[in-house]
Amino acid sequence: MKTSFDLKSSLQENRLFLSRSITLIIFVFLLFFALIARLTYLQVETHDKYTDLAQNNRVKLSVIAPVRGLIFDTHGQVLAENNPSYSLELVPEQIKDMNETIQRLSELLPISESDIKRFEKKRKQHKRFASTPLRNRLNDTEVAIFSANRHLFPGVEIQARPLRHYPFPKLTSHVIGYVGAINEKELKIINPVNYRGSRFIGKTGVEKTYENELHGNVGYQQTENTAQGRSIKVLSHAAPLSGSNLTLNIDIALQKIAYDALGDFTGTVAAIDTQTGAVRALVSKPGFDGNLFAKGIDLASYQALQTSTKRPLFNRSLRGQYPPGSTLKPFFGLAGLDYGTITANQKIHCPGFYQLPKQEHKYRDWKKGGHGVTTLHDSIVQSCDVYFYILAHELKIDRMHTFLDKFGFGQKTGIDLLGEKSGLLPSSAWKRRARNQVWYPGETLIAGIGQGFNLTTPLQLAHATAILANKGSAFKPILVASIDDTLIQPQSTTPITLKNDTHWDLIIDAMYDVVNGARGTARRIKLGAPYKIAGKTGTAQVFSVKQDEKYDEENVKEHLKDHALFIAFAPARNPKLAVAVIVENGGHGGSVAAPIARAIFDQYITPPS
Amino acid sequence: MSWSFQRTTPISHYHQRKSGLLQRLHIDATLLILLISLSSIGILILMSSGHEDIGLLQRQATRLGIAFFAMLVVAQIPPHALKIFAPWLFLVGTLLLLGVLFMGDIGKGAQRWLDLGFFRFQPSELLKLATPMMVAWYLAERRLPPSIKHIVFATVFIAIPTVLIAKQPDLGTAILIASSGLAVLFLAGISWRLIMGVIAVGAGLAPVLWSFMKEYQKQRVLTFISPEDDPLGAGYHIIQSKIAIGSGGVYGKGWMNGSQARLEFLPESSTDFIFAVFSEEFGLIGCIVLLTIYLLIFVRSIYIAIQAQDTFSRLLAGSLSFTFFIYLFVNVAMVTGLLPVVGVPLPLVSYGGTSMVTLLIGFGILMSIHTHRKLLSS
Repeated sequence: MKTSFDLKSSLQENRLFLSRSITLIIFVFLLFFALIARLTYLQVETHDKYTDLAQNNRVKLSVIAPVRGLIFDTHGQVLAENNPSYSLELVPEQIKDMNETIQRLSELLPISESDIKRFEKKRKQHKRFASTPLRNRLNDTEVAIFSANRHLFPGVEIQARPLRHYPFPKLTSHVIGYVGAINEKELKIINPVNYRGSRFIGKTGVEKTYENELHGNVGYQQTENTAQGRSIKVLSHAAPLSGSNLTLNIDIALQKIAYDALGDFTGTVAAIDTQTGAVRALVSKPGFDGNLFAKGIDLASYQALQTSTKRPLFNRSLRGQYPPGSTLKPFFGLAGLDYGTITANQKIHCPGFYQLPKQEHKYRDWKKGGHGVTTLHDSIVQSCDVYFYILAHELKIDRMHTFLDKFGFGQKTGIDLLGEKSGLLPSSAWKRRARNQVWYPGETLIAGIGQGFNLTTPLQLAHATAILANKGSAFKPILVASIDDTLIQPQSTTPITLKNDTHWDLIIDAMYDVVNGARGTARRIKLGAPYKIAGKTGTAQVFSVKQDEKYDEENVKEHLKDHALFIAFAPARNPKLAVAVIVENGGHGGSVAAPIARAIFDQYITPPS
Repeated sequence: MSWSFQRTTPISHYHQRKSGLLQRLHIDATLLILLISLSSIGILILMSSGHEDIGLLQRQATRLGIAFFAMLVVAQIPPHALKIFAPWLFLVGTLLLLGVLFMGDIGKGAQRWLDLGFFRFQPSELLKLATPMMVAWYLAERRLPPSIKHIVFATVFIAIPTVLIAKQPDLGTAILIASSGLAVLFLAGISWRLIMGVIAVGAGLAPVLWSFMKEYQKQRVLTFISPEDDPLGAGYHIIQSKIAIGSGGVYGKGWMNGSQARLEFLPESSTDFIFAVFSEEFGLIGCIVLLTIYLLIFVRSIYIAIQAQDTFSRLLAGSLSFTFFIYLFVNVAMVTGLLPVVGVPLPLVSYGGTSMVTLLIGFGILMSIHTHRKLLSS
């Protein structure tokens, strides 16, 4: 019974199993064809799309930043260079225990709390495989220490990046300027393609003015990359074009002499080669360390620079507008001669003051008792104010303006440096336009001794001095001598012609005696000079300080002191260099400013071998 | 009378035809050749996906050696002996699964491993074989097609390891084990009405279940079903895998030339996603060849099942054949983005030890079933 049942069922089971197996086989074949269909879809239908995606995955275009051009002084001394800056960088992906690694690193190298904080912050922004700096600016010893222990720190490496470096930080801070990280405003004006790989841009000085030349052109590299971003193979390469090297007219030795000669004073010096317009020295003291900006200045240091009462960030040589004081007298003297208002032998009496007709107000001479009977020559040599009050009164303001305008006063010199101020050469038209007021005769007298509305920059003064030294023909002040191998040609300014050329000599003779005459205001600096200097001292009253109430009680006195000025050229009969020196709150031009000019001439005309 | 059906002439023919060395070693030559070709292709792809890592290849070759050896050893065990082992194997396997759940090692975020000191072992691998053996053993003793009561019991035997493994969580293996058990039930002949009924009820319940789910649970299900909505998370694997396969085209980029895998865009390129490496380098033509080898193995296996002489062997062989192909299907469907990523290796090709040993032991069982028939018949 059981057997027959089993036999019967066995047969049934066999049939059932066979039919079910066939069902499974059909099912499996269906699955098989489903997979083939899917693969056909992916590999035939959408093949192109996925090929593109694979290509995009694989190939990465990366930029190579160009190397910024170097800056040299006229003798080939490097003023701005690119040094490798070493930073300790960590790749989080490759580090098992971050805290432990940092702990061990800090036993090896000084790592501050703020370093760690900054690292943690950056780490969150970066991808896990991206190299993130923990410490910047490692010195050589630190690099050596880490290199020796490198094998103990997988995922930690030293990266070298070029960093702008200025070997003469304080001397060149205003001329060269500095580079800094590109900011939002600059992002809008730069060519985004060319700056794709660049982190820095010139912020001030030559670095800014010649940004296009210094920057160079970006390069590209196509690399085959892994998913982690590691590049395996370079597919194509377009080398970046390095920025041009600039050679400046600046003589760094001269720059240093000028800077040091200013001593503890705040001041500025401009020295121009009279034969080419080449700017040999352009000093604004105090300077600052441009390297701080190139490295990325911290807030505290920046605020310290900004709030310092000596205003180190202010470029006095280009943007400082000072009352020129008596340094304008030779120019007004020349104006008087040229207009025929005065003659060389004409004498006036100086009682120590001057009064306009029908006016009570006494315009005083700097010398209490007056200079007595005096000529133009003596008035320049001894800087007689009364003579120039009278001259100004005769000339009238508009003729004074017209004449001095030819010497570049009240206008930018056009030096190849951005940010230049134009100063101010007043006229009645100007006063009407700017202040909507009529010109008063008293203002003409004040203008006649370089006070009042008159404002000049040191560069302007030096440039005007160069024109005077060259008897009317001169060149535009220029800082850059050559870009790579291309020399920059001197650009002459419109020559000044006088009705009588001997008038030049009359004025130059007077300036000669300012230094070399027995009663010259700068006679002290002639001692021991193997060449002759012609110059003019100036003392300018400080107006601006009165309005500034920030200074504390103790400093007020210091800051109310007059500015000491001196313009000069040498050798007097065959000029090579024109110099303008302004010493803020220095007192008298003859005693404070003139010796600085002497030091400069000594270096330039008779350099120590 | 029906016995004579089982002892039909083809069997005696067979007996006479294959009495050589292979028969005495209980080896099925067709299967062996197909399996060896497949493993060789595996080594070839692994050279590319593993970046010519010799150590990796050596380890894989060693595992293959061990696995083939295990296959040959198991092939010597006659099916009736396997049948006796079946319930015990299942019991031990289930206890080990419980052990893993309570004190298992955590590897790759999931509790799967049991550390026996000298040997790290995945009990779920044991269940891959023990589950269909258990169900086949249980149903072989009963009248077929099985009654509702037996179906319920069989379902419980399938459910226990499936749930335990899904909890590890190892959804891929759980699916494979469930399908191996259900395949036995299907082959045993459960009625189509029941099958359709279960499918209908399941389909009807899904929306109800969905409406009871919380928002984040729904989101998880959605991401699981459609990973490409999360391209940097769950979708990353599948997107990169599709790029690899799609960019391979008809002819492929050539061996060792697949940029997706070689440049490490493709994750798990040596393990679960090795098929994408193969597709990228050998193209559609290569894929068809590879899938055909799998299909041939299945066909040979199901042939062995049909040829088997007793119910246990038949059910077990049928289930093993089917499960083998399901392995392949789940993996390729997952890699090509047809199924969610559940973590099933490409059988005999993916880098990795235990699953390969389990698979070849399964083929050992199939060989045993096929080559022990003359002993049964005499």
